[in-house]
Amino acid sequence: MYAFDYHRPASLAEAAQLLAANPEAKLLAGGQTYIPTLKQRLAKPAAVIDLGRIAELRGIQEEAGGLTIGATTRHAEVAESPLVKRVIPALAALAEGIGDPQVRNCGTLGGSIANNDPAADYPAAVVGLGATVRTSKGRSIAGDDFFTGMFETALEPDEIVTAVHFPKPEKAAYAKFPNPASRYAIVGVFLAKTAGGVRVAVTGAAPCVFRATALEQALAQSWSAAAIDGVTIDASNLNSDIHAQADYRAHLIKVMAKRALAAAG
Amino acid sequence: MAEKGIGARVPRKEDLRFITGRGRYTDDINQPGQAYAVFVRSPHAHARIKRIDKAPALAMPGVLAVLDGDDVKADGLGNLICGWLVKSKDGSPMKMGKHPLLAQEKVRYVGDRVAVVVAETPAQAKDAAEALVVEYEVLEPVVDLARAHGAAALVHDEIPNNLCYDWELGDKAAVEAAFAKAHHVTKMELVNNRLVPNAMEPRAAIGHYDPGQDAYTLYLTSQNPHVHRLVISAFIGIAPEHKLRVVAPDVGGGFGSKIFIYGEECVVLWASKKIGGRPVKWVAERSESFLTDAHGRDHVTTAELALDKEGNFLALRVNTKANLGAYMSTFSSCIPTYLYATLLAGQYKTPAIYCDVQAYYTNTAPVDAYRGAGRPEASFLIETLVDQAAIEMGMDPAEIRRKNFIPKSAFPYQTPVALVYDTGDYEACLDEALRLVDYAGFPARRAESERRGKLRGIGISCYIEACGIAPSAVVGSLGAGVGLWESAKVRFTHTGKVQVLTGTHTHGQGHETTFSQLVAEKLGVPYEDVEVIHGDTEKTPVGMGTYGSRSIAVGGEAIVKACDKIIAKGKKIAAHLLEASEADIEFKDGKFTVAGTDKSKTIGEVVFAAYVPHNYPAGLEPGMEEGAFFDPPNFTFPAGTYVCEVEVDPQTGKVDIVKFVAVDDFGNVVNPMIVEGQVHGGLVQGIGQALLEGVRYDESGQLLTGSYMDYCMPRADDVPSFEVVTSRGTPCTSNSLGVKGCGEAGAIGAPAAVINAIRNAIGVRVEMPATPERVWRAIQSSPLAKAAE
Repeated sequence: MYAFDYHRPASLAEAAQLLAANPEAKLLAGGQTYIPTLKQRLAKPAAVIDLGRIAELRGIQEEAGGLTIGATTRHAEVAESPLVKRVIPALAALAEGIGDPQVRNCGTLGGSIANNDPAADYPAAVVGLGATVRTSKGRSIAGDDFFTGMFETALEPDEIVTAVHFPKPEKAAYAKFPNPASRYAIVGVFLAKTAGGVRVAVTGAAPCVFRATALEQALAQSWSAAAIDGVTIDASNLNSDIHAQADYRAHLIKVMAKRALAAAG
Repeated sequence: MAEKGIGARVPRKEDLRFITGRGRYTDDINQPGQAYAVFVRSPHAHARIKRIDKAPALAMPGVLAVLDGDDVKADGLGNLICGWLVKSKDGSPMKMGKHPLLAQEKVRYVGDRVAVVVAETPAQAKDAAEALVVEYEVLEPVVDLARAHGAAALVHDEIPNNLCYDWELGDKAAVEAAFAKAHHVTKMELVNNRLVPNAMEPRAAIGHYDPGQDAYTLYLTSQNPHVHRLVISAFIGIAPEHKLRVVAPDVGGGFGSKIFIYGEECVVLWASKKIGGRPVKWVAERSESFLTDAHGRDHVTTAELALDKEGNFLALRVNTKANLGAYMSTFSSCIPTYLYATLLAGQYKTPAIYCDVQAYYTNTAPVDAYRGAGRPEASFLIETLVDQAAIEMGMDPAEIRRKNFIPKSAFPYQTPVALVYDTGDYEACLDEALRLVDYAGFPARRAESERRGKLRGIGISCYIEACGIAPSAVVGSLGAGVGLWESAKVRFTHTGKVQVLTGTHTHGQGHETTFSQLVAEKLGVPYEDVEVIHGDTEKTPVGMGTYGSRSIAVGGEAIVKACDKIIAKGKKIAAHLLEASEADIEFKDGKFTVAGTDKSKTIGEVVFAAYVPHNYPAGLEPGMEEGAFFDPPNFTFPAGTYVCEVEVDPQTGKVDIVKFVAVDDFGNVVNPMIVEGQVHGGLVQGIGQALLEGVRYDESGQLLTGSYMDYCMPRADDVPSFEVVTSRGTPCTSNSLGVKGCGEAGAIGAPAAVINAIRNAIGVRVEMPATPERVWRAIQSSPLAKAAE
């Protein structure tokens, strides 16, 4: 780890001020990606702003029939929340499957989506549920527009995720085939029947979370495993690496979609 | 039996400090004036070092020294060694590439040591290491073992074809004759995947030269501190042996990787003198462990088994290419030869066996012993080959094994590959394992799995290993550079407490408990009154250390022999005190008794008399401290049967182990709880090799599996609850305890059981690690699986 200045603001306003004053500063939420990055000297920030003590960024509320979850809410809090289990059980189940207990006790929703790791779980829920990302600049960014590429988001450099609003779906489930080593998704499929139609978000398989439109169309026609069977997944844009080749990932997308469908009911 | 003596499930005394965070590992030791070392490592798999500019690094704050290969050369330090000379078929010695402490002229793998920076703080040392300028001319690397022979690039310029040796064992003519008349030949190509040892505690060392004493101390993570002392003094030449103290304090796992004498530990000792005698500490980061701890396995093999029409094995023919990595490591030459091919008889009476092995250099990390070391490779080969033969012959896998077992009546049994097995009862282990797993009930369980859309398979593995390493004369005749005896000293204090000094080293095995039980049993003293001391060359007698499941069979027997001497001396003292003849004194349960009388003295009374010899036999030395060395007459041969049951998800290829039965013959067992724990750990490592672990380098020699994000270590949810039986023992005849050793068995026997179970489930054999993707692809090509869909 290189030396850096460390700030621990008590409020969002203070954090925003610090960020404005230190344009090169990095934001630290749960640190589950950034701390290892620092330890390996892969990042050399001038300053780190730790969002971990900002009370207003943390918590789970019911809002407009759905859920609003603060950016620094821990995965374990989402997994264990009776409110989440009641309103969007698929989201609690997803959070319960992230990493391992240590990761879930430190990692945060905001940190996960702002980092936008291609194999992270939360981006699939944000896109799959048609959620909205709220920020320190007062913006509400649609999930579909938030994730712009591998480790890239629609956030501006001085913008902080404050919360995510998840509308309540009619049905939803997430099925993940984890990388046995990292427990990130080799393929994760979040499938939901929402007021706006069927949504299928896929993580782990490509450089960035994406909507599997062919699956969405097929499931809109018929909410059935047979509909999924009839779809051909194009492997040409999927990742190939030492853990899985693209054709295997394409196959797993359908398998996980069917498992999510069965779980969603 | 003493209450906490041999056979008792005594909880481990060392665990109190480990589980309360009070262990004392090398990195827990900090000394006044301590400086910190960071190694600059090669980013290239193969390159010529054109120039090193130390000036920018030396100019960094806090830097005390920057040392490179030229400094090593200038100080006349020796190269790292390989302690076992293997000869090729033509009688020529193995071709050993030079392995300097810091690279000279060339770097040969990613992570190779180029220079060391010593500074006041770890961060300063890191900063300066980044500032060091090294210019490389990048060379074509040799990465793929299968293509090492004839590759345009040479890892060591002076070694043609990258071939270190081409070695053979067995009667080639007899094997060829047997194949010529065979009814059936089963042939198989197989890969034994390369593994990273992954001890929980990374390697670490603190070197300290004391100018006042003109003496050196080296704290380090070692399985054999005396071997480190020997090599560092006799071959590297940093310090004379009597002026070098080596201490291996608590060590968090080794699995073989901490046997070896690596460059880093030597360099910090040397560097301490270079900076005027301040202690120099180095602690490996996990990434360094991945890159530089000696890896394990890495074979490519062709194996053929000749059978008659009844399924009797006639002959076995094996060719193996073994990967040595960029340099020979301390024992790397003997792993794919004398610890491998000598085990190819397995549990079977195969009359003729021939094996030849070509060992190659590649631009990858050095490869050496890893839990099992050669024996897992042999066992995996035999047990997958035998399984394949059963399928091809239409025989039950259990029955083909039973038919070919060396019968109980045939021991001692001379195999065609040099070893003499002393005892065993292979059928008893097989029978017990099949009973426990309910072999007969498998078809019903398979049908039940099928109803849930899963493919169920069962796999057997009947392993054998040679442990208790080793008879010195035997290993000496085969090329070993050292003797492999073990030593012990048993010392009473005035108050009747016992210190046991052992030349072995415990780094997870629980010696402090097991050896205390042993001494409590032999001397009839309370278990709590025994303290085991190890790991410090200034405290313990010279010992050869812990590996090859040798500590109880060789080190434990040395303790017994020292206890015998204590008892013999005690009889003389007791005879004097009891006014009886020495021949009439009997010793039992801590008491010296005049035979046939109630006249006795406790061992405590006798010991007190020895230290306060006011009324004492004339001419007898006072004191009660005895030492012994033990050189075993033979190896020990633990063996057993493992049965694994898996469920495969045909949609994803994921394998779940749903049942695992392990029946081991370890001979007599001192602490069954510790032995079962050793089996559990070994099984998990074996399952890790079979399903999860595998080193991958890319074409340029970069390690792709360099962290736990990409290298998959087994976790609790990857393995089932094991059913382990260790009580089917045939006592070993090479030591008075009848013990065989248990540390490696699990890792040796498990992989074949898992792979055979997967083959049984899906109809094709999958190479290790049987990752979900590999299994899924295999299912796509399997007629059996297709039929099940």
